[in-house]
Amino acid sequence: MNRQAQTVVLLLTGGALLHAGFTDLYLRYVKAGLQPLLISAGVVLIAVAIATLWYDRRTTRHSQAQTQTQGHEHEQAHAHHEPRVSWLLVLPLLALVLVAPPAVGSYTAMRTGAALQQQPWGYPTLPADGTLRLSVADYAGRAVYDKGRALAGRPLKVTGFLALDGAGTPYLVRMALNCCAADAQPVKIALSGELPAVLRPDTWIEVTGTYTPKQTKDPVNGTAVPFLDVTTTKPVKAPQDPYDEAWNG
Amino acid sequence: MKMDSITKKGRRTGHEQPRPASRMTTDKGEPARTAQPFHTEVPSPVVMTKEEAPRTPDSPDSPDSPDSPHRSRHLDAPLVLTMLLILAVVAQDPLRGLLDAPVTQSWMTVFVAVVVQALPFLVLGVLLSAVIAVFVPASFFARALPKRPALAVPAAGLAGVVLPGCECASVPVAGALVRRGVTPTAALAFLLSAPAINPIVLTATAVAFPGNPEMVLARFVASLLVACAMGWLWQRVGRGEWMRPPERPSYEGQSKGAAFWGSVRHDVMHAGGFLVVGAMAAATLKAVVPASWLNAAADHPLIAILALAVLAVLLSICSEADAFVAASLTQFSLTSRLAFLVVGPMIDLKLFAMQTATFGRAFALRFAPATFALAILVSALVGAVLL
Repeated sequence: MNRQAQTVVLLLTGGALLHAGFTDLYLRYVKAGLQPLLISAGVVLIAVAIATLWYDRRTTRHSQAQTQTQGHEHEQAHAHHEPRVSWLLVLPLLALVLVAPPAVGSYTAMRTGAALQQQPWGYPTLPADGTLRLSVADYAGRAVYDKGRALAGRPLKVTGFLALDGAGTPYLVRMALNCCAADAQPVKIALSGELPAVLRPDTWIEVTGTYTPKQTKDPVNGTAVPFLDVTTTKPVKAPQDPYDEAWNG
Repeated sequence: MKMDSITKKGRRTGHEQPRPASRMTTDKGEPARTAQPFHTEVPSPVVMTKEEAPRTPDSPDSPDSPDSPHRSRHLDAPLVLTMLLILAVVAQDPLRGLLDAPVTQSWMTVFVAVVVQALPFLVLGVLLSAVIAVFVPASFFARALPKRPALAVPAAGLAGVVLPGCECASVPVAGALVRRGVTPTAALAFLLSAPAINPIVLTATAVAFPGNPEMVLARFVASLLVACAMGWLWQRVGRGEWMRPPERPSYEGQSKGAAFWGSVRHDVMHAGGFLVVGAMAAATLKAVVPASWLNAAADHPLIAILALAVLAVLLSICSEADAFVAASLTQFSLTSRLAFLVVGPMIDLKLFAMQTATFGRAFALRFAPATFALAILVSALVGAVLL
């Protein structure tokens, strides 16, 4: 890989990082906290490309005057090469800019064991009346570890995306993220009750329902998965950040 | 004719010229190499005009003429890149159809995620390594580290506490330390300990294991022990020739700025390519291999440790996030999850590829299995004592 090609790849990679960092695209792949790092990395990569161009021009201009320093010229010529493996940097670039793969969804969720952790400091008390809005992880945590205390007998609203297991059981899922999509883990709620006739995986819905003490076990890792008794469902827009990041503090 | 002119010239100036000349004729795909014969020709205008005459007959001495003979070849790489981009845009719809399958989508998401997540840390490590290579005098490390390698190893291992990044940052930094004359044993201890025992990673571990604070201590102790043990082991049995002196230009005779940016560019291109290899392997594992395979291994205590150690190598998760993944592997014992946390930051597919790039294949092939075995052994022992 010669120097000009390197400059192009560096420039494009930096540009792609900036593009992902300034739009919401990066939220599909990494946690929100990485945004400043992504943007600064993009700036540095572009700076490297510009510096390479600038020093190349200077070297060309001064090369006549430096005829006696042939040894250095020789070594510099060596430095122009990088192994062919550097070309692979083009792949994530193409994937990010042209394809922009979606956030991990039902396929990964159903292959990965549910993640649910007991909060050691317990669960804060909920407002006493009205419809409760809970995150998937909050409902699942309270249902499994808090025995549904303060949930029973009141209307609940939970938002997540749909996933179906092999037997066709519907789940409401939200992926919890720690660092990047490679470590995303699903938090699952099994759904029962009044469900729409057609269930399409990966569609985002808001479920209104009530607590039920029924539980099942995740077939993949045996974690407890609570049920939610659904009364109505409503399709909603996918949230800006598809992942639940509150989970790890 | 080209070769003749160069060898003639080489004899005249007493340089060893025939080698680059023959390379130039064999290696057409690598255009920049053709720059060598050109530069060496500058002092002998007679030869140069002979060669240049057909292309730039009017200005053989102008400063721009150097580029003209190989500019056409230089265009190759960007041209191919542009063609690829255009092709991809034109074939976008069929490609989309192909990529709509959940497996490919999941593969690509994980692949992009690993690269996007690791690039900022790689850039950070590369900048730090360029600072070490260009601005920190070699004498600083000679003074900062104890003279005896046996003592320098634990000192360097503990110094890992100050690099607040993940493993992608530590490889280029360790490479720069070796080049700066730091004894390899100490640099290796730093390479292994830095991603595992820095405050960010330890805090993440504490958050991920709220019920088991002893996990943090166990991780710290086990990682530091493995790092020091590998350093001392390298001092005992390691041989200099295994570690290929990292191929890079000498920055002498360049301005500090040129040297700094040259080093950054070199490291990003080098390590970045290998990072992509590791990301592809990790994405394949995550998207294709069913997680239920793991359950079979969880029941037997020893097999559980081995299984999670292998998983840590294959998954190549950032060391800042691996604690959360370990916490979710609830069917496994704490000791086996400790092995996951100790092995992961020290050796995984992505790291192996990057170590190969920085220190050479002979080194990586010996160093990686030794680290893997030692990390498993130490985590089993530490787990037995502390957990």
